Amino acid sequence: MAAFGSFALLIALALAAYNLLAGAFALRLIATGQPARISPERLADTARRAGIAGFLAISAAAFALIWSVFANDFSITYIMEHSNRALPGAYKFSALWSGQEGSLLLWAWLLGIYGFVLRLTHKKDVKLYAYAGTILAGIQVFFLLVLNFAAPPFALLKGAIPDDGNGLNPLLQYPEMVIHPPMLYLGYVGFSVPFCFALGALMMRYPGEKWIKVTRVWTLVTWLFLTAGIFLGMHWAYAVLGWGGYWGWDPVENASFMPWLTGTAFLHSVMMQEKKGMMKSWNVWLIFSTFLLTLLGTLLTRAGLVSSVHAFAQSSIGTWFMVFMGIVLAVCIFTFILQHSHLKSEQHMESLVSRESSFLFNNLVLLTACFVILWGTLFPILSEYVVGNKVTVGAPFYNRVAIPIGLFLLFLTGVGPLLPWRNTSLKSIRRNFVLPVVALWATVIACFAVGVNPWRNGAFSSGDFYAIVAFAVSAAVMTAILSEFLRGAGVIARQTGRNLFVATWLLTRRNTRRYGGYIIHIGVVIVVVGLAGAAFNQNQESELALNDKLIIGPYTLVQVGATQDSNDNYNSEYAMLDVYRDGKKQFQMTPEKRVYLASNQPQTMVAIHSTPEWDLYVVYEGTNPDTSQPIIKAYLNPLVGWIWAGLVILVFGTFVALVPSLTPATAALRVPATRPAPTEPALKGGL
Amino acid sequence: MATPLRFRFWFRTMQGESGTAPGALSFPRLLRKGWDSSNLPSRTGTASFWFKSAQALLLAVAVCFSLGANDSSARYHDLNHRLMCTCGCSQLLGECNHVGCTESGQELAELRTDIASGMSDKDIFSAFSAKYGATVLAAPSTHGFDLVAWIAPFAVFGAALLGTILLIRRWAGIAGAKAQAAALEPPIDDPADRERKEQIRRETGSDGGF
Repeated sequence: MAAFGSFALLIALALAAYNLLAGAFALRLIATGQPARISPERLADTARRAGIAGFLAISAAAFALIWSVFANDFSITYIMEHSNRALPGAYKFSALWSGQEGSLLLWAWLLGIYGFVLRLTHKKDVKLYAYAGTILAGIQVFFLLVLNFAAPPFALLKGAIPDDGNGLNPLLQYPEMVIHPPMLYLGYVGFSVPFCFALGALMMRYPGEKWIKVTRVWTLVTWLFLTAGIFLGMHWAYAVLGWGGYWGWDPVENASFMPWLTGTAFLHSVMMQEKKGMMKSWNVWLIFSTFLLTLLGTLLTRAGLVSSVHAFAQSSIGTWFMVFMGIVLAVCIFTFILQHSHLKSEQHMESLVSRESSFLFNNLVLLTACFVILWGTLFPILSEYVVGNKVTVGAPFYNRVAIPIGLFLLFLTGVGPLLPWRNTSLKSIRRNFVLPVVALWATVIACFAVGVNPWRNGAFSSGDFYAIVAFAVSAAVMTAILSEFLRGAGVIARQTGRNLFVATWLLTRRNTRRYGGYIIHIGVVIVVVGLAGAAFNQNQESELALNDKLIIGPYTLVQVGATQDSNDNYNSEYAMLDVYRDGKKQFQMTPEKRVYLASNQPQTMVAIHSTPEWDLYVVYEGTNPDTSQPIIKAYLNPLVGWIWAGLVILVFGTFVALVPSLTPATAALRVPATRPAPTEPALKGGL
Repeated sequence: MATPLRFRFWFRTMQGESGTAPGALSFPRLLRKGWDSSNLPSRTGTASFWFKSAQALLLAVAVCFSLGANDSSARYHDLNHRLMCTCGCSQLLGECNHVGCTESGQELAELRTDIASGMSDKDIFSAFSAKYGATVLAAPSTHGFDLVAWIAPFAVFGAALLGTILLIRRWAGIAGAKAQAAALEPPIDDPADRERKEQIRRETGSDGGF
């Protein structure tokens, strides 16, 4: 199977190279109109078909690796290092992305899937798709070169073949790890597609903004995958790492967040290009940057340039990525300079306070946030280079710098949709902003009334201060969005006589993009409220003998037993804790600690009891070697459930935005010239 | 003091402890000059009222932010979240949860001892840096080259914000001139023509000869 996989990868490389070269040659012939012995259109089509065949070849390689994992073929180094016989079936799949070589194969495979769909749907716009497919083949060639020559997944083990493998990293043996990496990779890899369309459209001086419409679904779906991937990663970190948090500003987390920020900026500013013909150069560079950031993230974390808790994916392929990034950047700059005149804006902004300018400010804040994260991630390298002194840039830095920026962005989320296009009058500002401002101050007063204030216990707490600001701005944004829904629904309710709920549904169906966007914003607000809850986290740690108690918030945890269990994959020991509230037993929690047999690595399995108010999060830290008593650490994390609920709303909103709007059906009606034309409502059907 | 660095800086500055040169307009001097209306340029009574109100508000906020009693457990929590565990786990000292971690227990004990002995935050950080290296601090310091880490994000944001405002103002000027020119041309009254023109613009990037 190793030979089959290696051969499939070589075939895939040959096909991708043909796709790139033949496609580029054919497009060159078409662009210059030079006579040739072969029809350029037919040559371009052979390139397209080679791309489809390439996908099949990569799929064969991916199949070979998965087969080898299930067949426990420990003659392959990768399988020996990342799997073992007792590994459950679902985790054998995740062995595909648990190491460097496998994750690169996954990347190439997903790129192949995207390319396959793209090439199958080429009839939408043959020439534009030919450009995009050829550029995509260029990216595929790079990944296949790396897979064939720098990080081969089918490399054979030297020496004697062991009976069993080293096993999968215990951190990855968790159900979400079967979903999180593919989601994240679908997001990462997916941004290659809008990048290819943008670069292709620029190369061929594609007329108008139609290419944006073509790529809109690609971009939105990709963004959705990346968003879901990031949140699943947060949940995995929360449920597995056992430190009570979900985001640690680790370089790998930052690497996934940066393209999300620029991708989000692109999704917003591209509307300006579509509607007004503005910000063309800006949008092109946003999508170029997003793609480059996906590569930079991979470079940073895999080349070992920055230290990360995600050390399982480090290697020495940094040079390959650096060279490829250099080539991509050079191609982008060259094409941009060559075709710059094609990107001239057709209209200009007319006012500092308008919907257009709010998009621009939104982009500015998103990009500043991206810069802050990039800066924080790279500063240790810069510091070492400049003053020879390596420093740590951790959570305290990001919390101080990124949180204010994030809150400003949240503020813009509420303000932007309330501003009219082109220009804003004082009267409209007053009309649209009264309710949100009232909601903002009411929330501040409510926070103080329930005892949340930055001067708790006599000392100023910046966390509490930011939490109050976050709650207040969230309330204002939510009010602004809901009033937008109500305003539109009210008009429809009056026109159609339907109730407000049906009217809201109709309103959303009529402009799914706009109202889907608002639903996404509601999801973001819910997420922010959940994040702000972190300011009020509590934790307690105690060694608990039988019937000992640990009190945290309103809960009392009583140790009623500690026991052990084992299976082929791991040995586990866990504590049984009865949880009381107001003197009544509520439920039992069983935090666990496992030791995986193949790798001999320990791993905590956190017990979480989630409510909308807070999560009771309990970690079994092991036993005290002197007393043999279990050590329990309990956290009370307010509002964490809101983060995951916000994600669900966000995903729902994205689906709504992807659904085509309900347009009034129109019917042609022949009208004799002598008769007066009927009025407009008679010509239009639907609602 | 468990207050964040920024506010402690404000507080020290207000007490005149900063290293501001004698001639420079330090924050306390600015406040004093502000209150003495003879030092200020003449302005209307209303403007003066608002200026003084703003100063009073600023002062009140600054004082409130710098208030605080020494709560040793809060300070311990604050400090252990500003230091890193040195075992290689890349986690904050207060969040390192490795069973049997050989480093975090020792570091936390040292931190407790340092707090109990009355050392200032700065001295504690210096002691940890000297013993474990600069990477033990979870964020760059505010001295030397490290200061660049803190300044750059705000400088970039400020510059970008200013640039954006100037750009929009320039564009608004161009748009105004175009609108004036357009006013001289005959308007397209037919909505169908207008829609056709918009469609042509979207699909071809030109105005289709309209």
